[in-house]
Amino acid sequence: MCIECGCGRPGPTKINGKPTNRSYAPASADRKAKIVGATPGHAHKTVDVHQSIFAANDKKAAENRALFTSKGLLVLNVVSSPGSGKTTLVQKTIERLAGKAPMGVIVGDLETDNDARRLRTTGAPVVQITTGTLCHLDAEMVARAFGELPSDGLRILVIENVGNLVCPATFDLGEGLRVALLSVTEGEDKPLKYPPLFSFAQVVVITKQDLAGPCEFDRDAALASIRAVNPAAKVFEVSAKTGEGMDDWCAFLLEELDVRSEE
Amino acid sequence: MHEMGIMESTVELAERQARDAGAERIEVLRMRVGRLTGVVPEALEHAFEALRPGSMAEGAILEVEYVPGSFLCIGCGSEFEAEAMHASCPTCGEPGLGTKKGAEIQLLSLEVS
Repeated sequence: MCIECGCGRPGPTKINGKPTNRSYAPASADRKAKIVGATPGHAHKTVDVHQSIFAANDKKAAENRALFTSKGLLVLNVVSSPGSGKTTLVQKTIERLAGKAPMGVIVGDLETDNDARRLRTTGAPVVQITTGTLCHLDAEMVARAFGELPSDGLRILVIENVGNLVCPATFDLGEGLRVALLSVTEGEDKPLKYPPLFSFAQVVVITKQDLAGPCEFDRDAALASIRAVNPAAKVFEVSAKTGEGMDDWCAFLLEELDVRSEE
Repeated sequence: MHEMGIMESTVELAERQARDAGAERIEVLRMRVGRLTGVVPEALEHAFEALRPGSMAEGAILEVEYVPGSFLCIGCGSEFEAEAMHASCPTCGEPGLGTKKGAEIQLLSLEVS
């Protein structure tokens, strides 16, 4: 179950079509438990907890991060609303970096393996997570999917998250960089309307530049709204379709790889 | 944000903690919620009301401490707080970078019996 929006109760998560043995159902037995009346003279006691409700996910994310680092992988968590162009950007990036930085992908959707099929045409190894109804990926799913990915020799792993502007923001997957996409068709003030997704990203990519003219996209307004919620973000403006801006984006990824190799 | 899912996870965590402590009832649930999470207090309270019946927290009181968003100014580097999801630096007016402090949702403690 998504601890943000409570969705995800029916339907198992699948990795490359195979159900995982992980149950996302809440502990219903506890929910229905009969409440025993307080025993007379039974004193109150304080139980100190001090636990984030994201604690379990954060712990798994840290394990993922350590594993990725040990394999020398640059890992991206790509987030955005549905239809912003995540899959196309990933596909074109793989093609451009072929021979320079082998890439692998873990892609999440509620249903279908359409994205995985598209991405596999590049020759890259791809694992598809179908969440059923869960609206975001979490660290546990990513760990399991990574176990299915032939990752030897890969330098960059892209995790293409479920298209969703809300819940993915609060789930650390163990990535090295969180990349938020904003397409020119979505409205310049999207980041102001959905601050968490954009403020917890290190990189924002404005996509579909080839449509900026017909959409009368106000570039200054978009850059201002990104800056308002995330002044430290690196911003790229691309059209994966025409290639505009893709050189800078790919050069950035190679630089990030170099930086991490040195560390 | 989605207060229902958040509250559901909190009550589950609370029930686990209470059971581990050998208790049968939760009397008080204390949470700390950062403003940067965007959680709406009324929505959180409504979610708790909806989740109470049949749980170990049936008769419990919910106490929530809201902590301000913590920001680092991109211009002058000063740290400041604000009761909002994004804010400008009171010193120089440049946008603030939200930090993880002020973006947490924690179950702090329970009173159980």
